[in-house]
Amino acid sequence: MDLLIVLASGVATGTVLLYATVGEIFSERSGILNLGVEGMMLLGAMTAYRFSATTGNPWIGLLVAMLAAGLISQVHAFIAITLQADQVISGLALNFLATGVSLVFGEGLTSLRDVVPQLPKLTIPLLNQIPILGKVFFTNHSIMVFIGYLFVPLAWYYINRTRPGLHLRAVGEYPAAADTLGIRVFGLRYFYVFVGGLLAGLAGATISLSISPGWFGVLTTSGQGWIAIGLVIFAQWNPIRAAFGAFTFGALRRLVLDIQGPSIILGLANPFFYNTYYGFFLKMLPYAFTVIFLVIGSREAKRKRIGTPAALGLPYIRGQRGL
Amino acid sequence: MSEVEVNKPSKRPIFPYKIKVENRVENPPRWLSPLLSVVAVVIALLVGALVIRIAGGQPWAVYKHIAKYSFGSLGVLSDTMVKAIPLMLVGLACSIAFRMKLWNIGAEGQFFLGAFGASMVVLLPILPEDAPQWLFIITMAVFGMVFGALWGFIPGFLKARYNVNEIISTLMMNYIAIEWNNYFIYAVWTEGGFQMSRMFQRNAWLPRLSDLAGRWKVFSGLTTHLGLAFAVAAAVILWFVLAKTQWGYEIRLIGDNPRAAEYAGVKIGRNIILVMMVSGALAGLAGMSEISGVVHRLQGAISPGYGYTGIIIAWLAKLNPLAVIVASILFGALILAGREVQPSGVPTLIQGVIMVSLIASDFFLRNRVRIIRRVED
Repeated sequence: MDLLIVLASGVATGTVLLYATVGEIFSERSGILNLGVEGMMLLGAMTAYRFSATTGNPWIGLLVAMLAAGLISQVHAFIAITLQADQVISGLALNFLATGVSLVFGEGLTSLRDVVPQLPKLTIPLLNQIPILGKVFFTNHSIMVFIGYLFVPLAWYYINRTRPGLHLRAVGEYPAAADTLGIRVFGLRYFYVFVGGLLAGLAGATISLSISPGWFGVLTTSGQGWIAIGLVIFAQWNPIRAAFGAFTFGALRRLVLDIQGPSIILGLANPFFYNTYYGFFLKMLPYAFTVIFLVIGSREAKRKRIGTPAALGLPYIRGQRGL
Repeated sequence: MSEVEVNKPSKRPIFPYKIKVENRVENPPRWLSPLLSVVAVVIALLVGALVIRIAGGQPWAVYKHIAKYSFGSLGVLSDTMVKAIPLMLVGLACSIAFRMKLWNIGAEGQFFLGAFGASMVVLLPILPEDAPQWLFIITMAVFGMVFGALWGFIPGFLKARYNVNEIISTLMMNYIAIEWNNYFIYAVWTEGGFQMSRMFQRNAWLPRLSDLAGRWKVFSGLTTHLGLAFAVAAAVILWFVLAKTQWGYEIRLIGDNPRAAEYAGVKIGRNIILVMMVSGALAGLAGMSEISGVVHRLQGAISPGYGYTGIIIAWLAKLNPLAVIVASILFGALILAGREVQPSGVPTLIQGVIMVSLIASDFFLRNRVRIIRRVED
């Protein structure tokens, strides 16, 4: 087991979480909690795979996947924003809906393996010469990984340093005040739920067209959408921290798979090699770590008084008192 | 109060009526809520029909098939009830938690742990192999409930102590529970290398209606088991607790207005942990009844997502424990006869559409929608 290879594939796996997490950050920063990430990712993965197969062009697959997930996110947006329903339960509903749609239209896709074109892989010249980092971050990665590197600082800059980003935060912190200033609260919330959907679709497409190509029903995402929602809390709604969390989690997922390989680890007999059944406990780890990350995130948030966007989860009703 | 005018008033109205939406001040009429549930189901069936049609099937024939193979005869009705039993229990588990706005979506994991706990009684073994049946059933039910409650305690404690979001933590616990069971199925209790335990001996089975066939001929071949009595009893008890006791009042108060509850001296943290444990125990009992009443061994595929369907059932029943019974039977039919529907994702899709339409329709509970004549300015 080469640690560098584990870390490198961790970066690739983490990229999926990265897109989904940042997407959810956009949505939650505008005040709308969208629990449908898992379902939207699944829809993205299915659509990307299907359209990549039929058109022969993975980029078209990627684009359609983003649009599909973006469109279905608007169901949640309508229920949560216009109909002012409970966002938790509406998000769960979106999950069921998107999963159902994906399963219906994903029927028979599994057999298409090996004929579906994938997204290209790249090695960045010069940067890959950097010791250690070059191998982990810049060698033979999916193009989506590199787009991810560029995307994170851009997302951070957009949210924290631009005027539209200021409006986004205003709508999520104090919609009534934003409304008074002429910011279109409802429109912006719809828009950022859509952005969240686009990115969840992108995350799903990244899985099925690049990171672990294929369509395996609900196992394609296997809970990564939920982990992403957990990471948002850990990341305290900050894309940079989200990237850190996503790559850590990606590495962890890979480590869990790869640690069963060698017979000796750190000079000791590797129990996971000699008893493969212990692998089931390894598989629990990413999920257990999500819970641990949540505990850390919640405690830190309490200490630093950085909390959730103040209006998160609350419908904005014009003319009513409160946020 | 907010008034949303859907049609913008124009100078010369082409259509002399407009839709006016206003908040309800008074309670909605009693018949409205069940009516909306029915409408949601109808919409979902229509969407399902559309999808089957697009996929090249015959929707009407498919639905007739579902109805025939879930309610058409005593035998299939009994099978429907068998599917409805775990759904009732997980539906109740979700209802009590949701009533407090505690989003336990970990019923699936608590179900698996309940199945694990019940299996332990037979496989570890806790009881000697020739112990009487009543003792087996009671011990297995208690173990199932304790293990389910334990699985509910963890996220409950984390929520109460560290304010950890229970939605994520309960969901993560689902995945952990499945791996936990897998370890025991593959490594410890495996029978001859297969991914399942040995078959439980007969005295660890819940009695079925067919066991009475010797006395009453009608019951021969009917698979409905004692779990149904557990589920109905649980529903009645839960209804009583929620509607008639002080604890039930506290739960409803926390759900409706946590701040008022806190001022009234209700201990919120303690209630979070308690309700999570009760919720987990109910889901655990579902796991026990499935293991002891249907599968008769511990194996991997014991749930086609009962825990998640329970969420929809709870919502369809508007969190009313007695209505959960009815909703569960409907979903039992959908799961039982829906297995043969092509494309195979259709039942999941129908569940999803039911859920979406239900939540959207809550709008009509909170608001009055009236069509009124435009007033000339």
